[in-house]
Amino acid sequence: MKTVITQSTDLPVLLKARTRIARPGDGPDARFFNARTLLWLLLGLSILLGVAEAQNGKESVITVLLKWTPLLFKGFMFNILISFMSMLVGTLTGAALGLMQISLLPPVRAGSWAVTQFFRNSPWLVLLFFAMFMLPFEFRIGDIRIPFPDWIKAVIGLSLPVMANVSEIVRGAIRSIPDGQWEASESLAFTRRQQLWSIILPQCYKRMLPPWMNLYAILTMATVLASIVGVSEVMTLAGQVSAAEGGRTDLLAPLYAYLLLWFFLYCYPISKLTQKLERRFAVKI
Amino acid sequence: MNQSIHWTEDQPIVSIRDVHKSFGNLEVLKGVSMDIKKGEVVCIIGPSGSGKSTLIRCINALNDIQQGSILVEGLEVNDAGLNKLELRKKVGMVFQQYNLFPHKTALENIMMAPLKVLGQDKAEVEERAHSLLKKVRLEGKENSYPGELSGGQQQRVAIARSLAMNPDIMLFDEVTAALDPETVKEVLVTIKQLAEEGMTCILVTHEMGFANEVADMIYFTDKGVIVESGPPVTFFERASDPRTREFLSQSL
Repeated sequence: MKTVITQSTDLPVLLKARTRIARPGDGPDARFFNARTLLWLLLGLSILLGVAEAQNGKESVITVLLKWTPLLFKGFMFNILISFMSMLVGTLTGAALGLMQISLLPPVRAGSWAVTQFFRNSPWLVLLFFAMFMLPFEFRIGDIRIPFPDWIKAVIGLSLPVMANVSEIVRGAIRSIPDGQWEASESLAFTRRQQLWSIILPQCYKRMLPPWMNLYAILTMATVLASIVGVSEVMTLAGQVSAAEGGRTDLLAPLYAYLLLWFFLYCYPISKLTQKLERRFAVKI
Repeated sequence: MNQSIHWTEDQPIVSIRDVHKSFGNLEVLKGVSMDIKKGEVVCIIGPSGSGKSTLIRCINALNDIQQGSILVEGLEVNDAGLNKLELRKKVGMVFQQYNLFPHKTALENIMMAPLKVLGQDKAEVEERAHSLLKKVRLEGKENSYPGELSGGQQQRVAIARSLAMNPDIMLFDEVTAALDPETVKEVLVTIKQLAEEGMTCILVTHEMGFANEVADMIYFTDKGVIVESGPPVTFFERASDPRTREFLSQSL
């Protein structure tokens, strides 16, 4: 009987509203998204298999990829190592630079600001070339020669933009703490150093973590730039693999897709976690 | 270098002489003078932008002054070589926005300055922090973070935090302005209790009833000068300046 009533009326009727309203940052529905990702992976795999089957007489693409996987994986690990080292160097120098940016001494503030802006607004690749050609291939202290391999130079080259970005992250986080925190601690007779280390910075770490992780994901993706300056990381090795297989054109797309997949699998969880942290901290602060 | 002249308790604990203060071209204090005796409760009232908050912020050197003299227990505040640590050990301050440290619990907020700044013994400081929380009637909130406390509770923790440094003078900068009416009272009761114990209190406030009740002296400021001053009885009943009368008629 109820259905008859709802259908027969000409009057405007209030329908039950959807209770769940989408919030920003919700993203696609998690279940659906996972299913879709899986579907794409399967599709990609089946294409690879299809290609493999079509090439009778030659080794299948899958076989080739599997054969070179240990070597490529070593290269990829090298990328990760470069990313770790650059992040470490960049974070330490960047943190120092960021603190200098809030110094009470105008020359220190101006100098660190200029350095930060310069490296933040330079292309990463140019900085990498800069590091490659400006740094010596070895250091000599008396008779001792300390070699300075290309990959170390790449670490330094990549840590420059990281440094500048970390510097801005640190400065921004400190500036985002309300003035009242400085005033309250100042009126409690804290020295500036005590204010910074026991009041201001402890409140900054949470705020700095998401952008810092984001920067790390970007850096990891940028480590392949080192191939251009001759470091044998995964891109360089992929080129060599391609050459070793006689430059098979059918191999190129799957080969680089394979690398893309690795980077995706490494970087995606980081950016997902970053989003999660951002959302959590946004509510709490 | 002996910065402070010899000070005895019968002299004013805070002596402000012809203080001028500008922010850029805007002169907010145009020659303010007042003497505050030890144990006195002074309320500074006046319309917004009259310089009253700036004045008390100058007393503990959060703002510097361009001209004049402020002596706190004989210590000259308007002095480039001022030992700010010495000054701020004498003067505690409570703010409108509480400004508790959000990453620390109520107890830790109170303990922080005595531990870090004065380097006092931890067990002793903790005991004092507990008794201060009791004093502001917040027993049981030791381990609450500021975010878990109401505005009035936060403000009382802020008062306890200042008291932990054993100041001789307390500055209150519109401490009830951000509170809802029900919680204003609990903060005022705490301040009144302090005043009754003989603490020298300087308050910037809009709570006329409270000023009438606890103040020994009331100063009315407008446009950077003190227009009128006197004990509450004279001030509220026989205000002579038209500006004061207008202000009082609007706010009572």
